Amino acid sequence: MAIRSFFLFILFFSSSLSPVFSLYEDQVGLMDWHQQYIGKVKQAVFSSQRAGRKRVVVSTEENVIASLDLRHGEIFWRHLLGADDVIDGIDIGLGKYVITLSSGGSILRSWNLPDGQMVWESSLQGPKHSKSFLLVPTNLKFDKDNVLVVFSNGRLHAISCIDGEVLWKKDFEAESFEVQQVILPPGSDLIHVVGFAAFSQFEMYQINAKNGELLKHESASFSSGFLGQVSLVSTETVVALDSTGSILLTISFQDGKISSQQTPISNLVEDSLGPAVIIPSSVSGIFAIKTDAVTIFIRVIGKGNLEVVEKTTHEIAVSDALSISEDQQAFALIQHASSEIHLTVKLAHDWDGNLLKESVKMDRQRGLVHKVFINNYIRTDRSYGFRVLIVMEDHSLLLLQQGEIVWSREDGLASIIDVTTSELPVERDGVSVAKVEHNLFEWLKGHMLKLKGTLMLASPEDMAAIQSMRLKSSEKSKMTRDHNGFRKLLIVLTRAGKLFALHTGDGRIVWSYLLRSLHKSEACQSPIGLNLYQWQVPHHHAMDENPSVLVVSRCGPSSDTSGVLSFVDTYTGKELSSLSLDHAVVQVIPLPYTDSTEQRLHLLIDADKHAHLYPKTSGALSIFKREFSNIYWYSVEDQNGIIKGHALKCKCTGEVADEFCFDTRDLWSVVFPSESEKTIATVTRKLNEVVHTQAKVVADEDVMYKYISRNLLFVATVAPKGSGEIGSVTPEESWLVAYLIDTVTGRILHRVTHHGSQGPVHAVFSENWVVYHYFNLRAHRYEMSVIEIYDQSRADNKDVWKLVLGKHNLTSPISLFSRPEVITKSQSYFFTHSLKAIAVTSTAKGITSKQLLLGTIGDQVLALDKRFLDPRRTVNPTQAEKEEGIIPLTDSLPIIPQSYVTHALRVEGLRGIITVPAKLESTTLVFAHGVDLFFTQLAPSRTYDSLTEDFSYALLLITIVALVAAIFVTWRLSERKELQEKWR
Amino acid sequence: MEKGKGVMGAGRRWAVDFSDNSTAPSSRDIPDPPGFTRASVDQDDSAVSRQKKDAEANWKSQKAWEVAQAPFKNLLMMGFMMWMAGSTVHLFSIGITFSALWQPISALQGVGKVFEPYKDNKVDLLGPKLLFIALNLGGLALGVWKLNTLGLLPTHASDWVSSLSPAQEVEYSGGGIPL
Repeated sequence: MAIRSFFLFILFFSSSLSPVFSLYEDQVGLMDWHQQYIGKVKQAVFSSQRAGRKRVVVSTEENVIASLDLRHGEIFWRHLLGADDVIDGIDIGLGKYVITLSSGGSILRSWNLPDGQMVWESSLQGPKHSKSFLLVPTNLKFDKDNVLVVFSNGRLHAISCIDGEVLWKKDFEAESFEVQQVILPPGSDLIHVVGFAAFSQFEMYQINAKNGELLKHESASFSSGFLGQVSLVSTETVVALDSTGSILLTISFQDGKISSQQTPISNLVEDSLGPAVIIPSSVSGIFAIKTDAVTIFIRVIGKGNLEVVEKTTHEIAVSDALSISEDQQAFALIQHASSEIHLTVKLAHDWDGNLLKESVKMDRQRGLVHKVFINNYIRTDRSYGFRVLIVMEDHSLLLLQQGEIVWSREDGLASIIDVTTSELPVERDGVSVAKVEHNLFEWLKGHMLKLKGTLMLASPEDMAAIQSMRLKSSEKSKMTRDHNGFRKLLIVLTRAGKLFALHTGDGRIVWSYLLRSLHKSEACQSPIGLNLYQWQVPHHHAMDENPSVLVVSRCGPSSDTSGVLSFVDTYTGKELSSLSLDHAVVQVIPLPYTDSTEQRLHLLIDADKHAHLYPKTSGALSIFKREFSNIYWYSVEDQNGIIKGHALKCKCTGEVADEFCFDTRDLWSVVFPSESEKTIATVTRKLNEVVHTQAKVVADEDVMYKYISRNLLFVATVAPKGSGEIGSVTPEESWLVAYLIDTVTGRILHRVTHHGSQGPVHAVFSENWVVYHYFNLRAHRYEMSVIEIYDQSRADNKDVWKLVLGKHNLTSPISLFSRPEVITKSQSYFFTHSLKAIAVTSTAKGITSKQLLLGTIGDQVLALDKRFLDPRRTVNPTQAEKEEGIIPLTDSLPIIPQSYVTHALRVEGLRGIITVPAKLESTTLVFAHGVDLFFTQLAPSRTYDSLTEDFSYALLLITIVALVAAIFVTWRLSERKELQEKWR
Repeated sequence: MEKGKGVMGAGRRWAVDFSDNSTAPSSRDIPDPPGFTRASVDQDDSAVSRQKKDAEANWKSQKAWEVAQAPFKNLLMMGFMMWMAGSTVHLFSIGITFSALWQPISALQGVGKVFEPYKDNKVDLLGPKLLFIALNLGGLALGVWKLNTLGLLPTHASDWVSSLSPAQEVEYSGGGIPL
């Protein structure tokens, strides 16, 4: 009895502990990894600080400003400006402030160089939108105050470098004036602002840098107009192209007088080249023009005499000028040659002499050099050494010095477009054993350490060694499939058109591949990658084939340009094949059927609403024919507010007979009234989601049948007025309508209006529920709503005997054309954070309870139990409901600090959260990506199907041994006693 | 029970049999004492033993009835225990319920053994046995009822559909916002 009550106590105690999913400090990094990136570098400024650590400050296309260690490429500090706060220029002022100009030239900030703290921020307004320029003159002083010159929004500002105060400003209000260059000659007090006006007018303003006074205004007319940018060749000369792109205009404005000279390009180069563009460069005396095939460097001699210095057909990149002494400027030039790049550093006035000429072996998967930044240092023998920072086509950043790559950063991973996963190869025999034997001593040492740790004999150094051993466990980074399914490959497609395979164990890059189909070519001018799909996932029939992914890309930004398909092997990272399609790709529909080699059937919809079946094999076609009448598709035209449903009709009636092409016909359409509703979000269930059961057992052993359909679409619309920013409308004129639409029949299953609410809407659909997040204008708070949908027509199936004997039709296939009787339950709650992304955990069998993963505005991922978003919550749940696990209703959702999945880390610029089921039912893998990457494992109901990592095997072993010993001893004792009894 | 054992007289080391009614003197080593007539004693003895046997049978049947009624007390105690255990599922209530189920079952298995001591040609054991069985079945029913109140019997529809996989849909539809 005593034992019973003791067990009772234990049971009570363990059940009263609320589930906490937080980590202990020493568990950080065991199952998660975090990688920091910055994105494709736009501009780099080297810190000229003599003392201290060498660093380079960069701004990137992901709107990051970062200070990088020049020795190792690590990030000292980093700031991510908002998505609409695009960086226009950066520079270093006074050697200790990083000055950034952003938001179209309207925000100027100063950051402390050593630690990245913001010093000041100024808002620069102006009369109209214009190009923006940031100039940091070294010797322009104003009452001992260093001055920054900023041109933005049609206004020239002089700003104090110390506190960001505007010293003077000058407007350029002329209606059509378009600024092209702002020039501040070193050692002078004059600022030259040059630009075009009214298409063919060249304007020059001379301004006193001390007080902003307009000294001179000259203009000259050029009847042929201008094309594109101008290039500055000296402080008083610019070069421009005329509107035909065939005549070079050399315009000089010495002493405030405009003089010009016209040189047809054909005079310089014999063969005709077609239209050219000027490549902006700041090297004095030299500029470059580029046509389709060649790049030409031209030197300006004297007053407007031009001379071709070099003509090259190689891809070439030029750096800005770097002044190495009073009158000498150097610049770097990078040329491609098959698998190498040639770096040359030249002096500006001496084209033929090279200061430096080096060849560096370059990985082909990095593509072309896009940008070059040059910096010099003084060698021990007092000569100049040069280092260059190069930005490659795949957005990676490399530092070259003395003919070697010193470090490289894979910053393409900062802009991930799409993610999918792939299994690793199955383990072959004998691979792991050899590894263990090889390190037998290490292995023994490790176990001795662990034993010491368990017996609490370890010193702090030993503890540190144990911890690092746990983190570097080779088990988790093996290249083979594991029993629990934790090890996988994450296949990511980046904006640069490169595929990376990341290992889930430690996040290392297993392979990377720059898609050839995404290279610029004759047929494909500006290819962009769109999406990734799992093409072949062998598991039953084709076990010896490698899995592969399908990359869908398109030749241009508009939706009617032709598409390109690439198939990439996920084990080797090699492109298996690539298809240039003769039709556009508007939609890709993965079908739930696979052919005999486990290739998934895909339906590609083109701009004319023809459906094309891939793979183009007869086997796939016969499978498709069998399911032909059951395949539908729908399109959401969010501009017109129409959702249309289509069915497949017959073979294409085109001029070319193509048996894989099908015509479609319209079936239904849902038209939202354009004056009152605008579509802002659509969500469907994930195709690969597994649902365990259709029944939901509620209190008192009652059953509700979930309405589970793959073909449900959640649509959120808002009032057109309220589609802007939060707070731009009053609650009365804003509303949000949520729909649940059956995409086969077009039937609207549910519609609910939230008055006084506004977007943006983030939603996630899973099983039979949808959760969405929006802003409530009346309450001035964010809200989250849940809609659960149940099938009422099945609710009568309550006869136990029928169920026992299996005489029911609950699992027989159903057609959506039979009218479903559904009921919905919904509830809304306040939520503190605004969201960037939302996802839901997914597990292998769908038994484990679900958690919502919310990407908060603070770039963290918060896990929230689905139980909190249960429409059956009431203020006072009955005893039976409490037993079922229903939480008493509260008006807002709790934020438990321990349930931040990302613990202390931030996934800067969070864009998406992907969940992948592991083989172990309790566990799901979570990958969050933005500028940073973060990966972890989650167990929403804790790891009920495996022992936790901190389970004490030693204790278990000791207990077993002690028990066996005790049994043996008592047995011997009892035998002896029995013998004595018998002798008595 | 003690008395009954005495009557049975099994496992003794020695014994004097006073009721030896064999008439042949040759069977004995010692001749009968003078004046002792065996016949009259025999007559007397037979009457006494018959009387005794009747008493024994009476006593046996009485005992059998007592044994048959014993589970009733058990039943009451079990009921009290169950009431104490409450209707939520935890270790204590499950233990009680399973012992309440196990006791009647084991008792029913050993019905023959329980009534073996009272086996007699003259005693009718059918009644007590039936009562014993009925009472134990009652106990069993009580256990099952308890199991049901704990919600551990699959008597609801929910117990049979909780792992019913979702129905397949004939149609398939895909699509969305144009890429």
